[in-house]
Amino acid sequence: MSEYFEMGGHGIYIWPAYMIATAVIVSILAHTLHTMRQRERHLDLLRRKRRGVDDGDEV
Amino acid sequence: MMRVCGQIVLRDLRLALRQGFDAFIVLMFFVITVTLFPLGVGSEPNLLARMGPGVIWVAALLSTMLSLDRLFQHDYEDGSLELLLLSPVPLELLVLAKVAAHWLLTGLPLIIVTPLLAVFMNMPVEGYGVLLLSMLLGTPVSSFIGAVGGALTLGARRGGVLVSLLILPLYIPLLIFGVSAIDAAIGGLSVRPHLLILGAMLVAAIPLATWAASASLRQACE
Amino acid sequence: MPEILRAKIDGNPYILPMFRFANPNRFLRIGKGIMPWSAGLSILCIGVGLYLALFVSPPDYQQKETVRIMYVHVPSAWMALFIYSSMVISSAMALIWKHPLADLIAKASAPVGTGFTIICLATGSLWGKPMWGTWWVWDARLTSVLILFFLYLGYIALNNAFDDPARGAKASAVLALVGAVNLPIIKFSVDWWNTLHQPASVTRLDVPAVHSSMLWPLLLMAFGFTFFYVTILVLRVRSEIAAAKIRNIQLAEARG
Repeated sequence: MSEYFEMGGHGIYIWPAYMIATAVIVSILAHTLHTMRQRERHLDLLRRKRRGVDDGDEV
Repeated sequence: MMRVCGQIVLRDLRLALRQGFDAFIVLMFFVITVTLFPLGVGSEPNLLARMGPGVIWVAALLSTMLSLDRLFQHDYEDGSLELLLLSPVPLELLVLAKVAAHWLLTGLPLIIVTPLLAVFMNMPVEGYGVLLLSMLLGTPVSSFIGAVGGALTLGARRGGVLVSLLILPLYIPLLIFGVSAIDAAIGGLSVRPHLLILGAMLVAAIPLATWAASASLRQACE
Repeated sequence: MPEILRAKIDGNPYILPMFRFANPNRFLRIGKGIMPWSAGLSILCIGVGLYLALFVSPPDYQQKETVRIMYVHVPSAWMALFIYSSMVISSAMALIWKHPLADLIAKASAPVGTGFTIICLATGSLWGKPMWGTWWVWDARLTSVLILFFLYLGYIALNNAFDDPARGAKASAVLALVGAVNLPIIKFSVDWWNTLHQPASVTRLDVPAVHSSMLWPLLLMAFGFTFFYVTILVLRVRSEIAAAKIRNIQLAEARG
């Protein structure tokens, strides 16, 4: 098993490569979801503040 | 129409000559930057000769970048750009005139000073002619590309630094072929293909950069 | 649909499909439908691709196990280029046909493209070290990707440099088109520069002769990344539309 992780001595390059790829992809996803939720919550708040002017889509 | 273009070129020249210092500073930047390299890497003649073409070209491109402020920014700030846009002359011709003026004030002085810097960098004799030729073809291209960068960043925050980030990648092909032409001359190989490519870049830059700069100027003044 | 758009569209068979997606709310509805699929397919393709890449595919004769890095490096290079191309197309649509959502699509794509460029550069470096003993090698592809990285950063910087987002969007659209013209020139000149300065040993980060056991993980990772891009695109455009609506409300309130 540990021999597999070693990958003939090259493990120290292969695993970080995959780690970096994963980290970048996950952080793009996380950032996207975070800003989206933040903005939609803000939008919701602003709309509820315009009491009664509930026109839904057209702003 | 040509008269108006000529007038714009003269106007830019006159303005620049009144603040002659600006153009002079760019020239001094060019000289000082090239001087930094022997100080940084040591004065071993072969090393300098090897680096010479590259260093001179890089310094020339950086100096051009510094001078882009003068191209559109000042006119944008004092409102004369909007007036120029309202004139009956097509914007594209105005851009051409301004780029021509910019080259006369920046590119041409750089070219004149270049032989001195080639001496600093211990360039072999064979390289001088092509050095001047490549810069003669290349500095107008850098003015054109710079015009696009300058027009795009009008009204932007940190416009000056942003321009560098935008156009330095675009300068790379110019740099590569400019230097390779000189290296070819020094090495005794044919320079024609390199100069032809530089020429092609110039011919392509004229319509493309003019279009891009005009489009950006219109956006800036909307 | 605004009358102006209707007038442009009538009689033109090519513009109509494009403008079907012009309405933000319609886009949001379509996006909502697409997203679970693209997300699911992305996870599936990447999952299977990773399994094949890390466990099933054989080590290369010359490169031994390090060839496994290729399964992340090459697809990410493809994505970096593909995403830039889609940014160029959307920028053209925004500038020339004034498609309302096109510059949002370009803006949303940029960070994803930048991310893949970073992955490509980092994995390329990690591939280069065991192969040629250095962390960075001025190989034609890596150098071109590095320049592409600068183009992406320039785009994002220009987009965010203006107080008026519309101005930023239009300026970066022009920049994207300028970059499009330059990209082949840059690639050509870097390739050529690389052959000029090629040291004695071959320094091309070459994909080995592709056997089917290597082709599958490569393609699966590429598809997985593409579906990931589509998913993120939908989410980010949704986010941008929300931001635009927020700005509109705030502007309306400021005017009183």
